[in-house]
Amino acid sequence: MQIKQSAMAGTLESSDVQVTIEPHEGSVEIELESSVMLQYGRQIKACVQDTLKRLNVNDVRVTVVDKGALECTIKARVQCAVYRAAGVETGFPWGGAIQ
Amino acid sequence: MTHEKRMRRLRRSMMFLNAQRPALIKDAYIYKPDSLMLDLEDAVAENQKDAARFSLYNALKSVDYRGVERIVRINGLDTPHWQEDIRVTVAGRADGIRIAKCETAQDVLTVVEHIEKAEEEFGVEKGFTLVMAALESPLGIINAYDICKACPERLFGVAISGGDYRKSMQASFNPGGIEMMGGRANMLIAARAAGVQCFDTVFTDVDDMDGFREEVIQNKQMGFDGKSLISPRQIAIVHEIFTPTQREIRNAERIVRAVREQAAQGIGVFTLDGKMLDIAFVPGAERTIELAKASGVYEGDL
Repeated sequence: MQIKQSAMAGTLESSDVQVTIEPHEGSVEIELESSVMLQYGRQIKACVQDTLKRLNVNDVRVTVVDKGALECTIKARVQCAVYRAAGVETGFPWGGAIQ
Repeated sequence: MTHEKRMRRLRRSMMFLNAQRPALIKDAYIYKPDSLMLDLEDAVAENQKDAARFSLYNALKSVDYRGVERIVRINGLDTPHWQEDIRVTVAGRADGIRIAKCETAQDVLTVVEHIEKAEEEFGVEKGFTLVMAALESPLGIINAYDICKACPERLFGVAISGGDYRKSMQASFNPGGIEMMGGRANMLIAARAAGVQCFDTVFTDVDDMDGFREEVIQNKQMGFDGKSLISPRQIAIVHEIFTPTQREIRNAERIVRAVREQAAQGIGVFTLDGKMLDIAFVPGAERTIELAKASGVYEGDL
């Protein structure tokens, strides 16, 4: 999926995560800031990577500010930010690329 | 659970949650409402409708709600959102959809048509996704019976929504609910005539627990099956009031037994503790026992 513009999803509330997506030619770059960095940093990054891979996003810079979100919330925010950045508004592939 | 059981399941407490807020949806089952209503409509800001759907989908797929029913309130048919709302709800295998601002039987049929398409698209068995209709306007109340009868295979009940209903009736909240009387009564009559469940509106002042209790007692007296809620604090009171007491249960058992015994001896009408009884009292007593069983407080053998 092609990232056409910058987009953001999520909030800085507790249990949430704010994800910012920007076009970035040639690679996937993830910058993570988390309140639980030491315990879960690696897991959060892997979750973001998996979600992007499933959505077939390859040219992107992602900034993640985590406030102790569950994995299902991280996925939801990444997916939302990606589709906003790709300019897609309906006909989402629930259960397909979105898992 | 069979389809018949799912249609008629116990729904005393139906608690609204903003589907967009992760802190709320991840552990709402802890409070043990009978049903959760994950909201894509009014609780979600217009520019977060998409975020709410992603949040909803991932929660439906990954959070174990321990048997609590999961209903999704979709956006109104006059918005650009409802079709995608239906797709995500069906794909996430939620138990049902609450149709906001329902005014005609056709509204129900339109939603059902899109549910069918989505069930096919996402490989969900046909008929799995139930519906309930929220009546929020005078027109919805006038058409209540037709709405209740619109889809017997999927529509399990109707609810009144006080906020919009009061507004459209040019009335405001009163303790005792005189402004809601006509709407509530008409909807109840329609629901009972159609054989579907019937739910009252939310009580918005979460700090006024006495006022809340009074309203729930009135709901029970009027014959509602349950109530929409906005706070976990309200759940216990609804369960207390809508669950039969041990005394009511014992009384119901005595009525059922006595009518059976007398009937076996060829007697139709008789008195028990000075009160007239006949076969007409049995369905009410049986309903009390059924409700006690569903609420997990029945210890008898009827």
